[in-house]
Amino acid sequence: MSFPEIIVLVTAILLTITTAATPLLLAAIGELVVERSGVLNLGVEGMIVIGAVVAFVMAQITGNAYLGALFGMAAGCIFSLLFGFLTLTLVANQVATGLALTILGLGISSMIGENYVGQAGAKLEPIAIPLLSSIPLIGPLLFDQNILFYLSIFAVFGVSWFLFKTRLGLQLRAIGDSHGSAHALGISVIKTRYLAVMFGGACAGLAGAQLSLVYTPQWIENMSAGRGWIALALVVFASWRPLRVLAGAYLFGAVTIGQLHAQALGFGIPSQLLSALPYLATIVVLVIISRNKRLTLMNTPASLGQSFVPDR
Amino acid sequence: MKKILLALSTAAVISLAASAAQAATKVCFVYIGSKTDGGWTQAHDIGRQELQNHFGDKVETVFLENVAEGPDSERAIERFARSGCELIFTTSFGYMDPTLKVAKKFPKVKFEHATGYKTADNVTSYNSRFYEGRYIQGQIAGAVSEKGVAGYIASFPIPEVVQGINAFLLGAQSVNPDFEIKVVWVNTWFDAGKEADAAKALIDQGVDVLTQHTDSTGPMQVASERGVKAFGQASDMIAAGPDTQLTAIVDTWGAYYIKRVQALMDGTWESQSTWDGLVDGILTMAPYTNMPDDVKQAAMETEAKITNGELKPFTGPVTKQDGSEWLKAGESADDGTLLGMNFYIKGVDDKLPN
Amino acid sequence: MRIELERRPSHSALFSILSPFIALGLTIIAGIILFTIMDKNPIDALYSFFIEPLTEVWSLHELAIKASPLILIAVGLSVCFRSNNWNIGAEGQFIMGGVAGSAIPILFHEWNSFLVLPMMLIMGMIGGALYASIPALLKTRFNTNEILSSLMLVYVAQLALDWIVRGPWRNPEGYNFPESRSFELQAVLPELLPASGRANFGIVFAILATIVAWFMMRHMLKGFEVSVLGQSARAGRFAGFSANKMVFFAFIFSGALAGLAGISEVSGSIGRLQPVISPGYGFTAIIVAFLGRLNPLGIFAAGIILALTYLGGEAAQISIGLPDKIARVFQGFLLFFVLACDTLIHYRVRFKFTDRTSSSVEGA
Repeated sequence: MSFPEIIVLVTAILLTITTAATPLLLAAIGELVVERSGVLNLGVEGMIVIGAVVAFVMAQITGNAYLGALFGMAAGCIFSLLFGFLTLTLVANQVATGLALTILGLGISSMIGENYVGQAGAKLEPIAIPLLSSIPLIGPLLFDQNILFYLSIFAVFGVSWFLFKTRLGLQLRAIGDSHGSAHALGISVIKTRYLAVMFGGACAGLAGAQLSLVYTPQWIENMSAGRGWIALALVVFASWRPLRVLAGAYLFGAVTIGQLHAQALGFGIPSQLLSALPYLATIVVLVIISRNKRLTLMNTPASLGQSFVPDR
Repeated sequence: MKKILLALSTAAVISLAASAAQAATKVCFVYIGSKTDGGWTQAHDIGRQELQNHFGDKVETVFLENVAEGPDSERAIERFARSGCELIFTTSFGYMDPTLKVAKKFPKVKFEHATGYKTADNVTSYNSRFYEGRYIQGQIAGAVSEKGVAGYIASFPIPEVVQGINAFLLGAQSVNPDFEIKVVWVNTWFDAGKEADAAKALIDQGVDVLTQHTDSTGPMQVASERGVKAFGQASDMIAAGPDTQLTAIVDTWGAYYIKRVQALMDGTWESQSTWDGLVDGILTMAPYTNMPDDVKQAAMETEAKITNGELKPFTGPVTKQDGSEWLKAGESADDGTLLGMNFYIKGVDDKLPN
Repeated sequence: MRIELERRPSHSALFSILSPFIALGLTIIAGIILFTIMDKNPIDALYSFFIEPLTEVWSLHELAIKASPLILIAVGLSVCFRSNNWNIGAEGQFIMGGVAGSAIPILFHEWNSFLVLPMMLIMGMIGGALYASIPALLKTRFNTNEILSSLMLVYVAQLALDWIVRGPWRNPEGYNFPESRSFELQAVLPELLPASGRANFGIVFAILATIVAWFMMRHMLKGFEVSVLGQSARAGRFAGFSANKMVFFAFIFSGALAGLAGISEVSGSIGRLQPVISPGYGFTAIIVAFLGRLNPLGIFAAGIILALTYLGGEAAQISIGLPDKIARVFQGFLLFFVLACDTLIHYRVRFKFTDRTSSSVEGA
């Protein structure tokens, strides 16, 4: 194999990895913000699949994939409000509500998409950034991609900046660490959490749009195929740090794709073990970060999963 | 009082109408997936619709979707048996034992279980010789592939899938003796994203023809983006790759369903173990497209030969992957060996997961 | 308009009783709208959902079969949740219970003794309990969040089951299909009334578990300990209770019941091990636990009702051709309304139409 050929192969593999990692990254970065505010939304899978179906259907109706993605994002956001209303306003249990959200999302999405199964649809084409996109290797990988890829990277750095450099971000983290104290300090706990949940829903909606407009441009029932659960694992794996979510999503993508390449090369590896690796790794990371009290306090939202009602 | 009488008489009319309608033969289907899944279940549902159209008022068809294997399926089958179904098709491998259990309780009801191996007095097992189509595909691949390597996206290491891989390779080797295939197991029947990833990995590693034993059109879309040729599976996937699809194995269960319901109506239904092939119309080949005329010609000839029984895909000499002899020259494999097939033939670049 | 909650001084007995009915009423209204949109007669649909499955004896048996794993798991989880331990990996413990219990009929399939079945059940409980003690150990030793570790272990269990039935425990006479050998008669959980239906002893276990958990929570010191530690770990410590021991107790208790549910399902209803043995019972049971308000008796009712909607969804598919998707959406509605209405028990809900006054100031 000549050098240019290797470059071509490596570029192709890396491109596949970015496509596999982007929906995980989008959904996980959204859930990260939700969890940082102290809310655990286990309904990611349901929101992704709603985003996917709405994005595809609207892209078909309007003939414009960008509008489709926009609608997908909005749909995820609106759907997450249902979770928000139950858990924040009515203080229902977050775990149960999140699971119910997934059941409802899978049902509603197959209802909406019934007449669109198997149709070939509009897709989001790559947008080449002039000059930069012609750099070998990096060019096609980073500067000749679809809008959702750019957005996912932007979201990571945006969220990182927001959480650690802005006042609002500080408030959000304070709420996640101790909603009681934050409330006493005059921060509006419920309002902030609503915004976080909606952001999470919008991101999950975009992740869904990526599935139905980029990854495999079509609508298939249950097409999220467990990616929402992986996104949840990634947030923990990243110990609630945005840049680590980026690393985690790409690592996960690389393992998945690398596994397929290893098979194509003829290595026989028990696939169940490989498939279990990300979850085992997440547990290990979870143990490592949580055994160190100081690290835990720094990163883990202490009031994760607890309801909050202002006393009066 | 008058109102009640009126209501009663209306009820009587309705029940009369109902008993008139009962003359229709009730045929019921249990599905593992959703009927719009674009794959396995949809193919069965199209078969059901053909059955309905063929007999019109003479049959009534009912189905249950998304029935999980295990106790849920036993309940679904029993519900059908109790609700007056005369013939019940259970369309997933995992329904085998539940079908037999319910069949024992309802000896008058007839059952047909797809893709299994157990039968009873009132239970038939039916399956399709998908591998016949794969042999033709392999032959086409052998002719159109410039590199002599095909990519194979496989679901689970069960005999049916292993048969397919071997038949494909035998077909290819009949044209190009050095032909090889690369296999990737995705451990799913239906995950468009994962299947697409597998397709990309195979293409990146230099295969120029793709085939799949999974049900989504994900790989077809990737193949058409990357400009390699591919074969469809379960249904005609030409819409996903108008310039890409060479042909597809199309599951056409309708022909079989019509045949069996007709037998039931005629009173000739008997329990059997059916393994139908191209000749019975249980699978058909989508039009041969995107290939040179001579290849197309050869494919059609092979199809005709398999259909009239002149050619059996698994005919010797065939060597196993480990180098030992499996079939002597001229010897054909028996169905028993095929049904439990768990070994590769020579030329597969993969180890069979155990 | 704003909605504000005000905590009631004590929980409202009135709304404890009323809230499920309000939820049911809302679900029915939503259902009527949904079915009308889908062009189905809502009365027929509701009849199929809630009444039809109850009209035949065999169907009641099926109800018991569907409800018993949900009840068994949810009863265990309720004790766990009450103690403020969040085990959401019951699905994995269910699977591991099924696997551990199946070891006997698969590995020693020729051993025919009356001991086989009891040993399988015990092994199943041990399997579930051991698997549940992993997150407990991680929580007590390393302070690891149990919600996440128990969830991750579900996937590991699913893959382990997949591997074992495709590999070492594959039926040698099964044409290489991914399933274990089928259990011999001595390894099958017997049916209760074989003449009228196939309900097995699983429902008896579910009833026993409900009674035991109810009695424990109501009348035993252990139950008191669970509630005290659940409400405040500090208060519990003053009372001399150990929070760490409670973590293990809660996980092992819920894991053992999930494991029992798993082996009962495998032995009683499936009759062999196969790559998938649960259509998500472990997750659905979490919802059942909350629908039953973490009270064993409530859970029993909730388990029956949820099982009813599964059977009803099927009945509606057959009798009025209501698509399966709609049945699932309707089920989703029911869950949401019940979760929402339970708020009324502990809170007064006020609708405020005036300009909002900053709640933070009020709070401070």
